[in-house]
Amino acid sequence: MSAWKVFIRGLWEEVPVFRLLLGLCPTLAVTTSLENGLGMGLATTCVLLGSNLVVSLLRKMIPNKIRIPSFIVVIASFVTIVDLVMHGYTPELHKALGIFIPLIVVNCIILGRAEAFASKNRLWHSLLDGLGMGLGFTLALCVLGSVREVLGEGSLAGIVLFPESFRPVLILILPPGGFIAYGLLLGGFNLIENNKKG
Amino acid sequence: MNLDTLLVIAVSTIFINNYVLSRFLGLCPFLGVSRSRSSAYGMGMAVIFVMTMASLATHPIYHLILVRFGITFLRTIVFILVIATLVQLVEMVMNKAAPALYQALGIFLPLITTNCAILGVAVLNIDENRTFIEALVQGFTAGLGFTMALVLMAGIRERLDLADIPPALKGVPIALVCAGLMAIAFLGFAGFSI
Repeated sequence: MSAWKVFIRGLWEEVPVFRLLLGLCPTLAVTTSLENGLGMGLATTCVLLGSNLVVSLLRKMIPNKIRIPSFIVVIASFVTIVDLVMHGYTPELHKALGIFIPLIVVNCIILGRAEAFASKNRLWHSLLDGLGMGLGFTLALCVLGSVREVLGEGSLAGIVLFPESFRPVLILILPPGGFIAYGLLLGGFNLIENNKKG
Repeated sequence: MNLDTLLVIAVSTIFINNYVLSRFLGLCPFLGVSRSRSSAYGMGMAVIFVMTMASLATHPIYHLILVRFGITFLRTIVFILVIATLVQLVEMVMNKAAPALYQALGIFLPLITTNCAILGVAVLNIDENRTFIEALVQGFTAGLGFTMALVLMAGIRERLDLADIPPALKGVPIALVCAGLMAIAFLGFAGFSI
């Protein structure tokens, strides 16, 4: 498989959130605004890059039987690093994302890529795969975050978009709105795919 | 020890801050195992059990070992390893001691390691400064709340199978919209202050 194809796959063909339905908890929980979605996406991308790098380098040394616990330890180490860095440099974002930063450990996308790709492929391809999947995840979070922020709060990235007479749909930034917006977006995504097929 | 506090924790964990519907924890099994009611019960029981055990194990480990030696930054790594080991242990003990229960819950146990609600309850117990007993109650009731949401969802999805739904929305999308409507109902509890 060419390097370009490895990279681009995560951005459309196998975009984790809409295609594989992986990593749903952070997707719904933090996308109340574009900024939070972007922050979460980039944090996950960093962890994914780090874990793919280490897993790919160690792939010949890790015994097959204990590979899953080993992957989890690698991932948890990178999550701890990201957690501490965010706590130091972006304290407000760290507070907004809260419990979902330590929970990046159990994001199925990361363990899934370690198991399905990085443990079988060369370093260069594993890095590209991590970057592609991470950016795909970030993009999906940004789309969902923007939809919810624009309709639910009438602003985008903190900038007010509508005149004062606009009444925002408050429910969209509350938990139920997350489920409904994601369900409808997923439906739209399926519609595009179905049309493409026939 | 105050019984009122425990009751408040129980009610707020099950209804007001339901782990699935208002905290978005444990969505993967919520969508994955809610096709039929029998498997929803199985998964629910397994989650209640492991959540209680996880609260039981992680709370003393954090306060007696990590805090004491000043290595609290290792929390995430330690907790996930403890939970993974615990799930393995529970699986082995259950296989020997209660084969019938193992038959019923067996297939759900390995899936639980990556259920973020388990790690979530362990981390929340620490973040919210719970005492040991409170942590135990929170673990147990979080499992109960999860099971309730899962079983309700399974009941709805069994009926959705018979409904006439546009092809693009079939399956997961319509399930998500239904979950959203359920979450609106649970939002009614949000005004409660006990």
